[in-house]
Amino acid sequence: MKLFPLRIVPDDTKFDFIQFRRISFPASAVLTLVAIAVYFLIGLNFGIDFRGGTLLEIQTRSGPADIAQLRSTLNQLGLGEVQLQQFGGPSDVLIRVAQQPGGDEAQQGVVQKIRGALGDSVDYRRIEVVGPRVSGELLSLSVLGVFIAIIGILIYLWFRFEWQFALGASIANAHDIVLTIGFMCVMRIDFDLTSVAALLTILGYSLNDTVVIYDRIREIMRRYKRMPMPELLNIAINSTLSRSIITHVTVTLALLALFFLGGTAIHSFSAVMMFGVVLVGTYTSIFIAAPMLIYLGVGAARAEAAEEEQTPARAPARP
Amino acid sequence: MLYFARWKVVAILLSTLALCLLIIPNFVPESTRDKWPKWAQRHMVLGLDLQGGSHLLLGIDANAVRKNMVENLRDQIRRTMRDNRFGYTGLAIRGMSVEMRLREGVDTAQVLSRLRALSQPLGGLLGGTGQQSLEVTDAGGGLIRVTMTEASINERIRQAVDQSIQIVARRVDELGTVEPVIQRQGADRVLVQVPGLQDPTRLKELLGKTAQLTFRLVDQSVTPDEAQQGRVSADSEIVRGTAKEGGNQYVLERRIMVSGEDLTDAQPGFDQRTSEPIVTFRFNSRGALSFARATQENVGRPFAIVLDNEVISAPVIREPIIGGSGQISGNFTVEQTNDLAILLRAGALPAPLSVQEERTVGPGLGADSIQAGMRASYVGSILVVLFMIATYGIFGVIASVAVAVNVAMILGLLSLLGATLTLPGIAGIVLTVGIAVDSNVLIYERIREEWRAGRTALMSIDAGFNRALATILDTNITTFIAAAVLFFIGTGPVRGFAVTFGIGILTTVFTAFTLTRLFVAGWVWWRRPQVVPI
Repeated sequence: MKLFPLRIVPDDTKFDFIQFRRISFPASAVLTLVAIAVYFLIGLNFGIDFRGGTLLEIQTRSGPADIAQLRSTLNQLGLGEVQLQQFGGPSDVLIRVAQQPGGDEAQQGVVQKIRGALGDSVDYRRIEVVGPRVSGELLSLSVLGVFIAIIGILIYLWFRFEWQFALGASIANAHDIVLTIGFMCVMRIDFDLTSVAALLTILGYSLNDTVVIYDRIREIMRRYKRMPMPELLNIAINSTLSRSIITHVTVTLALLALFFLGGTAIHSFSAVMMFGVVLVGTYTSIFIAAPMLIYLGVGAARAEAAEEEQTPARAPARP
Repeated sequence: MLYFARWKVVAILLSTLALCLLIIPNFVPESTRDKWPKWAQRHMVLGLDLQGGSHLLLGIDANAVRKNMVENLRDQIRRTMRDNRFGYTGLAIRGMSVEMRLREGVDTAQVLSRLRALSQPLGGLLGGTGQQSLEVTDAGGGLIRVTMTEASINERIRQAVDQSIQIVARRVDELGTVEPVIQRQGADRVLVQVPGLQDPTRLKELLGKTAQLTFRLVDQSVTPDEAQQGRVSADSEIVRGTAKEGGNQYVLERRIMVSGEDLTDAQPGFDQRTSEPIVTFRFNSRGALSFARATQENVGRPFAIVLDNEVISAPVIREPIIGGSGQISGNFTVEQTNDLAILLRAGALPAPLSVQEERTVGPGLGADSIQAGMRASYVGSILVVLFMIATYGIFGVIASVAVAVNVAMILGLLSLLGATLTLPGIAGIVLTVGIAVDSNVLIYERIREEWRAGRTALMSIDAGFNRALATILDTNITTFIAAAVLFFIGTGPVRGFAVTFGIGILTTVFTAFTLTRLFVAGWVWWRRPQVVPI
């Protein structure tokens, strides 16, 4: 019944991941700083969910869209800043109009004017208008949501593990979110409600990975009370490595399908997810979250406990 | 870990089957489904982003509600003071309070008690919180201040939203749309979702009007110009006519002869003589009676038909109107008479509503999104299944079956909840496929580890499950926390994502603990393996 098992990761790997922290920690610190700098220099490309304004997705009925002509038509309407962008196929155009001064009522005229100017020559596939009050609330609600999620997870991990683990996971988490936001700044991806969904999912996934490794660390800690922390962490990471890689291959396969076939509406969502889950999430749990435990003093508390108990340490068997 | 009592096997298989069967109503044409018993009809609803339609978030004008409340309070106080012959000066509105100064010699204590009688306890009989609607204070020096409490304002806004929902529902129904959703959102908002509506312009026009209709007498004691200079009694006010009417100004009595509340019906029609578009209406008995009396007493005087503080027309009363019906003309177009009739039939909004958020998806984009979402799901699933089988052989097949059942259960639960499926929701299902596989990977990798550590095949499988399930629980609970937060903060499509993602986590844990274990146990019982085949 045995097929041809595909072995992506060889059995019994013995990579020294913990040693790598001398590179990964400074690298992550630099990347985090870069991401923060990028956030302040370039800034997030806030979508209309958070900035308010009007968005229209149109499709020209005859042939490819003439962006230049559309632009000149729309600029005559006196709507302030109007952005046009090719979106999907050659006849699909995304029109973004900045929020009009003067409250909720003022936003209503925009769509009317554009419909009047473009008439029936285009198909209106999507129209979104977000007024200033709603956009303000959505933004604060989203920021609050991300914080609540982090705190909720922190509390759960604190109950299930020790506080050092919870702290380590949160630092790793914050690192993931900061890098992903930096990525969105650089790629000019619209930061809207869907992006917040992506961020929270990345949070969940990245933790998923971290928790799998932490679980193993805890298990080995109970079994081998005298083993030095770096060695112990290396065993934990190596023994879960195969699982980490295989799981990420499957998630990547699912995300690739979404990215290439899922349609324009979730294109940026899958791009952000791919960056956050596949690139950052995996890296973080192996190279940041696990080695972090050394600095958070998990090992130190353990060594004392071991001395008190005076239990003879067994030599580690095969990992 | 690998032994299952017979009843457990039956329970697991039956519950899984039941959850999977819940998806059936989604694939049956609606006409057939409608003949089924109610409990069997539950099915998923496509979100507006998939089926196309309009989403409007309307905010009630809380300031208008406040203004209205405090003006009513002022009138109430004026009446009370007059009825009791209390002397006062300088009755004025200040914020949410009404202030006045008592004349010399007026019994302050008596005034206070009369004014306090105007206050009402809040929260009705059951929710009696002991709070009052008014706060009456003696500020000293004869200054009396009556303040609306914050609780009573909030209560009034809540009521206004409730009333608005009913009125909005009636107006939307007049458009003849299918299954519109109208519900409260937050403290002062109404959410309107109309599937299939491509251009919400008309809907917005219908919802944007308060439609407060009043019939009032024209005050002929002063001309509008004189009134402009302030020579107008407290019982009258200046009201402007609509542009079509000519934009004239009128001095109208504040007192209302009859209001739109007393209408029982309104229909668009044409004037028989001039064939001009008009709206005909009928009063209920109370309205008919007051209108008859008012017109009888004022033959020869003009009266005004006022809609949302604009005079539509101001005809002269030629004879008493006692039939309880009448007509409104005002240079209308046919469409305007249609809309006006709808508005009058549906009733007036307690306060103006404004559109704070609008999202409309055309049917073309919706269909494209469904197609893209489906294609991504199929391709993603096939890729994952191929990879799992290539990696784990027969165990990969078990994992694939578990994942397929998993997806079926997600869709089944969504149907049971009558949840809305959005494009991000489909993305959530695709991601669940990825995460559901992870639980199998965790188990299998653990089995392999135990096997390499030198255990027998049976012991390895048993220990592998034992240890991996604890990890699976930990990882999924953390992810579930993120999904739960997303559910509470998200709206529309994002909430759709949170729902499928959250349900996906639950079904993943369920299948890992039951179905996968059962399958593997069945395989072990059948093959009696000496070697772990992965």
